[in-house]
Amino acid sequence: MKEHSLTLGEELRRQGISRRSFLKFCAGVASSMAIPATMVPAMAASLAQARRQSVIWMSYQECTACIESLTRAFSPTVENLIFNFISLDFQHALQAAAGDQAVEALRNAMDENWGKYLVLVDGSIPLKDDGIYSTSHGQTHLESLREVAEGAAAIVSIGTCAAYGGVGAARPNPTGAVGVEDIITDKPILNVPGCPPIPEVMTGVLTSFLAFGELPAVDRLKRPSAFFSDTIHDRCYRRPFYDQGKFAKSFDDEGARKGWCLFEVGCKGPITHNACATMKFNQGVSWPIQSGHGCLGCSEPNFWDKDSFYKPLSAGQWGSAEGIAIAAAAGVALGAASAVMSRKNQDKISGGK
Amino acid sequence: MTLLDFARGPAMQIAIFIFVLGIVWRLVGVWALRQKKDLSEPRQKGAWIGGIKGLFAHAWPYKPFVPYVGAQYIVGYVIHLGLFIVLFFGTPHMLFFADIVGFTWWTLPGGVITFVALITTVALFIALTKRLVNPVQRLISNFDDYATWFVTTLPFVTGLATTANLWPHYETGLAIHLLSVWLLLIYFPFGKLMHSFWFVVSRYTTGSRFARRGGMA
Repeated sequence: MKEHSLTLGEELRRQGISRRSFLKFCAGVASSMAIPATMVPAMAASLAQARRQSVIWMSYQECTACIESLTRAFSPTVENLIFNFISLDFQHALQAAAGDQAVEALRNAMDENWGKYLVLVDGSIPLKDDGIYSTSHGQTHLESLREVAEGAAAIVSIGTCAAYGGVGAARPNPTGAVGVEDIITDKPILNVPGCPPIPEVMTGVLTSFLAFGELPAVDRLKRPSAFFSDTIHDRCYRRPFYDQGKFAKSFDDEGARKGWCLFEVGCKGPITHNACATMKFNQGVSWPIQSGHGCLGCSEPNFWDKDSFYKPLSAGQWGSAEGIAIAAAAGVALGAASAVMSRKNQDKISGGK
Repeated sequence: MTLLDFARGPAMQIAIFIFVLGIVWRLVGVWALRQKKDLSEPRQKGAWIGGIKGLFAHAWPYKPFVPYVGAQYIVGYVIHLGLFIVLFFGTPHMLFFADIVGFTWWTLPGGVITFVALITTVALFIALTKRLVNPVQRLISNFDDYATWFVTTLPFVTGLATTANLWPHYETGLAIHLLSVWLLLIYFPFGKLMHSFWFVVSRYTTGSRFARRGGMA
């Protein structure tokens, strides 16, 4: 029997994975995606009947942190994810094949699963000068994305770069980098932003796709609502200190040591939607705020260009002081002109007396 | 650019440009006017003492009028003190000013600020109701009075709604709150909010002129 013709249930049984472990996994995913516990048996049944999903992972203008993050997913482990749940047919950082052989694997996967495969993208795509600033195997990433996306069932943009352009698109954006949704408009697209994204969010989305055959519900920025509906601030364990007005004034003062709110040192938690505060990183060990640093807002579009990471959110973006000086000078000129006109009017009324 | 980016950046810069231009325009425009000469003989020396007294003389109504306008004064104090406390002792607000002046100061817990803002908003609505219900006040009210009330009240309402997370998206609420403050700044120099600058000048001037003529003893 061909590997792809096995259902996931058959594949799991073949590998000796118990039903208890499988249900435990389903309950974990359902819980993280706010799916009711009553749905878990149905989800497990649906998932067990699913065929191995062909997944093609395209890496473009990126730093490999997204795949690094995914390989540190703990539930399910990347081994489970790759070998039990999906057929990762192309991922140039993980696969053994290189060069022509890797590209051949990609073409084969596309031909065999045309219209059904899932495309995962990390990294932004340069548009400037026809996209020549980022190429692989003699093909610009702009051409590559268009080609791969054509036969895709859906696309998942992994990381802020693939979702919104990210660091690559930061001012002055020399390569004209954009996210996937700025290029592909005729396919279902889901964004899993973050720099890097939380691994369990990525695996949760993939599992949801396998179980239900479609991408999960998304918010206005095409992020899975189950993970991105709350702000970091809403779920932050330091939130009570914000409400009490207790703030760290620097990264090594008494407030910082006591774990007080990091708003004054620039935390962007109040305007950042992500699940870091509840899911954390590295098997739930920690996350940036727990490690003592304010949230950078890395899962939001243009986070790199939103002023200093260390400036409080409520501080304005002043630009230059010249504008204020010009306003004051213009005010003096207008005031003087008004006074001159008023004096002339006074003279006219009084007849010069 | 998101609405919040616009509110924190260009909108703020435009609002502050208009605010500074308008304030300087009004101040220079009035102070550069020809001053009226008082040709009368001064009835007493030290008119400036009367001017200083004038600053405080109207802080509370003349005793016989207290039963009629005392409540109005109290509402006015609640609005002004509330505005002062929320503006300078709310942490996010303090940080806005700290970014300009370069130092921070003590602030109040968020719950206290929310409570003060709520009380101030109620006082603002009481003031509006009185203006609408009292026939004399209604008659002498013009667009400027209502516009001033509106631009003053709006930041309180949007700020409370943002604190309570009543908007579909927090960042949109925050942007709307900021934009409402910029609206206040833009209107500030051209309406009755200019009394923030003028009330000291006008009370001193009135007090010193009265003193020159023998009053304010």
